Amino acid sequence: MQASPHSLTIAGKTYRSRLLVGTGKYKDFSETRAAIDASGAEIVTVAIRRTNIGQNAGEPNLLDVLPPAQFTILPNTAGCYTAADAVRTLRLARELLDGHPLCKLEVLGDPSNLFPNMPETLKAAETLVKEGFEVMVYCADDPIQATMLEDIGCVAVMPLASLIGSGMGIVNPWNLRLIIDRARVPVLVDAGVGTASDAAIAMELGCDGVLMNTAIAHARQPLLMASAMKKAVEAGREAFLAGRMARKFYSADPSSPTTGLIGS
Amino acid sequence: MELVINGESRQFPSPLTVAELVAALHHAGKRIAVERNGDIVPRGRHAETALVDGDRIEIVVAVGGG
Repeated sequence: MQASPHSLTIAGKTYRSRLLVGTGKYKDFSETRAAIDASGAEIVTVAIRRTNIGQNAGEPNLLDVLPPAQFTILPNTAGCYTAADAVRTLRLARELLDGHPLCKLEVLGDPSNLFPNMPETLKAAETLVKEGFEVMVYCADDPIQATMLEDIGCVAVMPLASLIGSGMGIVNPWNLRLIIDRARVPVLVDAGVGTASDAAIAMELGCDGVLMNTAIAHARQPLLMASAMKKAVEAGREAFLAGRMARKFYSADPSSPTTGLIGS
Repeated sequence: MELVINGESRQFPSPLTVAELVAALHHAGKRIAVERNGDIVPRGRHAETALVDGDRIEIVVAVGGG
């Protein structure tokens, strides 16, 4: 069977969609689930947080809405500012998810811009890979450090396109191309996508996938945006595979025949 | 005995296992993970792990996030 152009293989496992989505910032769990269904995403990110300690018995559980048997749950380390906190969080996540090793590492450096702290990210990645985790890593759009993360054994590198939750779009396509051209593992844009054209641009650059949350959750109509993002990722992938025409600067070329015009 | 659970001090009768603590907090059978003094307590060992005065416990769940 020929592989679909829209399937994505990470750490030896093939997923049906190149769009990965977060589960934060939705109105309620029913909107979360409906948006994820509309996006067609199979890999969904979750955060790990302290539970209530008895004061709110019967609180709904996100994993009842997104059963791990049906989705690949990608636990993140959002909110962690040190390698130690990130590693500790993912050990808890692995216990929570019955030993499932795939995870999203992010070690933040500054709460005002949520840029990654790369020295701590590299340190955490080393520990996690040694402990058998399959690490998808949020990182700076720096081709050298992306290669370092790959050399450590990360299964995917995920440079930011712009600041987390900003919707500023693909601010440095040149750096993303440098990362994509060197990478031997999947490259996913993580963070910054604001609308469908941003996702398409990322995919046209040759990204293997896109991870987004706010662009869908904070759209005026999240379900419609989820559907738009699904199409944008597919369209961008197909355009990348098709290979765009060469740009001809300041030189028009008619699409219709130049001969056989009436009256000629 | 005093336990620090998710950063909050609470009094509990002794003896108490992790499984009993989880049940007392209404989390029995839920998708949670437990850490005791910085180490994971695997689900299969909740019933046999006895808690002692001063233990620091973290109980976590998955929540919405990117």
